Amino acid sequence: MKKNKESIGSAGIVKVQTLKLEGPLKLESGQTLSPITIAYETFGALNADKSNAILIEHAFSGDSHAAGLYEGETAPGWWDDLIGPGKAFDTEKYFVICANVIGGCRGSTGPSSIDPATGKPYGTKFPIVTIADMVKAQKLLIDHLGIKKLLSVAGGSMGGMQVLEWAAKYPECVASAIPIAASLKHSPQQIAFDEVGRQAVMADPNWNKGDYYGGPQPDKGLAVARMIGHITYMSKRSMEEKFSRRLKSDDLSFSFNADFEVEGYLRYRGESFVRRFDANSYLYITKAMDYFDLSGEKFFNKNKKIDTRFLVISFTSDWLYPSEQSKEIVKLLKSRQVEVSFCEIKAEYGHDSFLVETEEEAHLIKHFLKGLK
Amino acid sequence: MNKERLDLNIITELVEPGSRVLDLGCGDGDLLARLIRERSVSGQGIEIDPAAIKKCIEKGLNVTQENIEDGLSWYPNASFDYVILNQSMQQVLRVDKLLEEAFRVGKRVIVGFPNFAYFKARLDIFFSGRAPVTKSLPFQWYDTPNVHFLSIKDFVNYCNKKGYRIITSRYIGTKREVKFLPNLFAIDAVFLITK
Repeated sequence: MKKNKESIGSAGIVKVQTLKLEGPLKLESGQTLSPITIAYETFGALNADKSNAILIEHAFSGDSHAAGLYEGETAPGWWDDLIGPGKAFDTEKYFVICANVIGGCRGSTGPSSIDPATGKPYGTKFPIVTIADMVKAQKLLIDHLGIKKLLSVAGGSMGGMQVLEWAAKYPECVASAIPIAASLKHSPQQIAFDEVGRQAVMADPNWNKGDYYGGPQPDKGLAVARMIGHITYMSKRSMEEKFSRRLKSDDLSFSFNADFEVEGYLRYRGESFVRRFDANSYLYITKAMDYFDLSGEKFFNKNKKIDTRFLVISFTSDWLYPSEQSKEIVKLLKSRQVEVSFCEIKAEYGHDSFLVETEEEAHLIKHFLKGLK
Repeated sequence: MNKERLDLNIITELVEPGSRVLDLGCGDGDLLARLIRERSVSGQGIEIDPAAIKKCIEKGLNVTQENIEDGLSWYPNASFDYVILNQSMQQVLRVDKLLEEAFRVGKRVIVGFPNFAYFKARLDIFFSGRAPVTKSLPFQWYDTPNVHFLSIKDFVNYCNKKGYRIITSRYIGTKREVKFLPNLFAIDAVFLITK
């Protein structure tokens, strides 16, 4: 992939901002959450009539750091290829917002936050949150910023689910929607992978029913969960290219050490993940994805007219969120006569394509946004 | 556009302003863009070629990457005023099924197709004994996307048989519209039909 060095982090130096709300936020489960903190970042400037705002939704393990650089750091945000001056989400034109989901562990309220009732981290006392709850919390942020209508809501994977939820719940607030590598609901295969990940976390003795803060963390279990995740994000072909059967050293060790590069890679990915992610958040967020279901009648209120324009994108090698699932979204939109464009991008990197193989994706998004009236 | 497309002119004339249009096999979206510009239609395209999809999105069009044959079933009845099949009908395997579906989702259908009975095509077969290659049928037998080869007369007969009413038929020659013996002198035809 060609990447222009100068464009890395071109959205500029960014800081995490926080919105603190007393709440309570009524959750889909019937429980409530209060207080609520929402961590978010913004890129570009909001125009006078507040009509140029675009909300970016992060994927499962993402955060508010969608682009730009933190002071003193060199690694840019997770969708830096697409957000910045002259990029698809052109920060010279648009005001781009990205917030960490509730239930997460990157600044927004989640299971590692302090439970005001006990003065200790919630752990598994944290209420179950859903994609609808995450979006409901973001709506509070958008209201707080004084934005009545978002020019677009965009995101991949779980981010795409939030995009769909936005369009379903608040169509009058969403001029356009870009769900990428997403689905109206998880298939049993997707739920199965999530469940294996959860079981790996919960099988770690350090997990201790979710009460591990201040003590040893369930790092092993969480690392295994992440390793499984990473396998599902790649394609057979991208793994072949990246690792084949190459060895880390010249000879086989005839032991259970990581002989193959792919083993080393997964171990490294697992270990680095546990340093930035909370095991309980892993459980809560995967559950939120599994619960998500906007199929059939659930997407649209039959009497509500949808003026939102859609750009649906999928990737050929994505077997975790295959194109068929994006086509289901398209079909549903068609059945309600919603304006929709759909493109299946030829890509090699599997589900990760929306993050790493971004050239065509960026091109489509850029022109789609330009074409909005 | 570098060269004037007579078929696009004709179709643009046929479409009433402000209507809802579905363009099946919309290609680069030239027709849809023009219908939106000149006829203020609300348009949706279906196209299979990703490169063409990209061009459509550059033009700000709504287009979905699908097989024409798969793309229709999800539209409710009478979703469109016009369903357009310009140069795509002859490339679809089950034409009868497709037209039935087109009439389910649309009130009127516009069909544009190359005329196989054009005299040069007849001469090709008659004198050289080879599959014809003409301006509107520029492909070799082994690389053609077309799976049906029909004449204007064939299509008229077909409409009669199916009970489709022909509202307008227009015929295109190599340079201008053809009125005289179209089945012999037209390379392309455009039909506006209803049920």
